[in-house]
Amino acid sequence: MSDVAEASSSGGETSQTGAASDQMWIVGIHMTKFGKRPDDDVVDLASEAALGALDDAGMTVKDVGVLAAGNLMYAAHGVGQMLQKQIGQTGIPVYNVVNACATGATALRTAIMSVRSGEADVGLAVGVEKIAGAGLLSGGSRASDSPTWEASGRFGAVASTDGRIGTEIMPGVFAQIGMEYGHRYGGADFELFARISEKNHANSVLNPLAAYSKAMSLEQIMGDVMIAYPNTRPMCSANCDGAAAAVVVNGTTLKKLSLEQQRRAVKVSASVLTTDPWEEACQILPNVNTLTKNAAETAYEAAGVGPQDLDLVELHDCFATAELVHYDNLGLCSEGGAVDFFESGAPFRDGSMPVNVSGGLESKGHPIAATGIANIWEVATHMRGEAGDRQIEGAKVGLAHVIGLGSACGVHILERAA
Amino acid sequence: MGEAIPLVDYLVLGNDPHLEANECVACGARFFDRRNACASCGAINSDGSGFKRVELPATGELTAFTIVSFAAPGIEVPFVAGVVKCGGTSVRANIVNVSPDPEHVATGMQVSLTTFGIGEDSEGTEAIGFGYEPADEELRITDDAIEKAEANS
Ligand SMILES: [Zn+2]
Repeated sequence: MSDVAEASSSGGETSQTGAASDQMWIVGIHMTKFGKRPDDDVVDLASEAALGALDDAGMTVKDVGVLAAGNLMYAAHGVGQMLQKQIGQTGIPVYNVVNACATGATALRTAIMSVRSGEADVGLAVGVEKIAGAGLLSGGSRASDSPTWEASGRFGAVASTDGRIGTEIMPGVFAQIGMEYGHRYGGADFELFARISEKNHANSVLNPLAAYSKAMSLEQIMGDVMIAYPNTRPMCSANCDGAAAAVVVNGTTLKKLSLEQQRRAVKVSASVLTTDPWEEACQILPNVNTLTKNAAETAYEAAGVGPQDLDLVELHDCFATAELVHYDNLGLCSEGGAVDFFESGAPFRDGSMPVNVSGGLESKGHPIAATGIANIWEVATHMRGEAGDRQIEGAKVGLAHVIGLGSACGVHILERAA
Repeated sequence: MGEAIPLVDYLVLGNDPHLEANECVACGARFFDRRNACASCGAINSDGSGFKRVELPATGELTAFTIVSFAAPGIEVPFVAGVVKCGGTSVRANIVNVSPDPEHVATGMQVSLTTFGIGEDSEGTEAIGFGYEPADEELRITDDAIEKAEANS
């Protein structure tokens, strides 16, 4: 791969597609139907996504030089190798990755870094999760109170603290994140958050792969079961089954592919991963803002584009309260201006900056490790002009964002090939 | 009556119950858990001298909250969970002695620390938890009042 190194050091040469040798490209990508998939196990879902992405790329598993597999629930079992045992044991390196809700984005970035380093010409990233009906995915260490109080853990707790010292459940954590934004800047109330959810549910009607593709009225959303104020059930992302996969190559490999493959290739202009830098309160209530701001800034700089250049954004609306703060964090509006940005109509699908035209995690569903690649599939599909009824016409540049508590943030900027 | 033990080791019981944080001697960052080093500046705490215990004020401002209506089994709902800023240091806690609805809880409200028993173990030792209640006594409600309201509804 000496030509790659040369291209990097000389600032990059270009091919007929405008591709520098060290430029990364998505040449195949696939998302499964999200929802309840009772007849499919985690390997079935991963296989469907991986084989779909390879088919889309016009490749087979024999072309793949590195596999990055993201999964949370079976993390200890090596889902990458489980997948290989079904679709092809070719002896290539496998990286099994876990990074909370940023797991899929981390898998993609791992494949990208491997190809960029010269370890492989073709990388495959898969994210898969099987959690339909899993209920609350955190909290509830409560059942384990012992018969005598005994201090344990880093806080010297004599009993479990979930529900006694705040809440550990995700709907509650993200509710506070939205409420804190409202406290700081004003204008954010229950109804506003519910209207964000109404927008995303309306978008989902055009997405046949969404777990729930049903519009909901504001009254329905606000009147549904309250989980953690101000998040009612439809304002929470749905636990479901699903997978997504992507095939990545560098510019050198792209040049060897057919003109049709080159035409459909989607440029990865930025692939960024951050964690949360220490700030006051960040270990009290997770700070999802600073690491997202940092990731977005780094990504815009790497891609040489700004938020004003984006034609669509898929951001991590794990809860309606989260979407609001990320308008601000991704620089889609001025600081503190997220409520006005929403009120202006900008993030609606006919607005100036469509956000979550897929329906978002609230309706599309959130199979955790699949989400970070599924968001990229959505943006890439618009870049290719293949999004059917929900196509954002003429989309050239898009951004996909995910955040996993703990925290990890992935931001990818994609651009149309030509 | 048996002894009392705090729910967490950063709650200090006695006549004047309060919370204590571990403050980094080098940079002033505050934490509530046992520290190996400072997550802010990296100062190492190998011999325990890297951090000092500091008392937090018993009052603060509610900067974020949620009303949890759906929780793991065994957790009574609804309850108010939030973040209270006490003299520049944020604390995670429940907001107690208040009606758990958005008409009675708001960010920006002043709250003050309170403690309460959460149960006795088999040896009669009572564990003491903490929460914050509205500083404005008119917004406060007692357990009796909540029960009465529930009985009437
Ligand atoms: Zn420090």
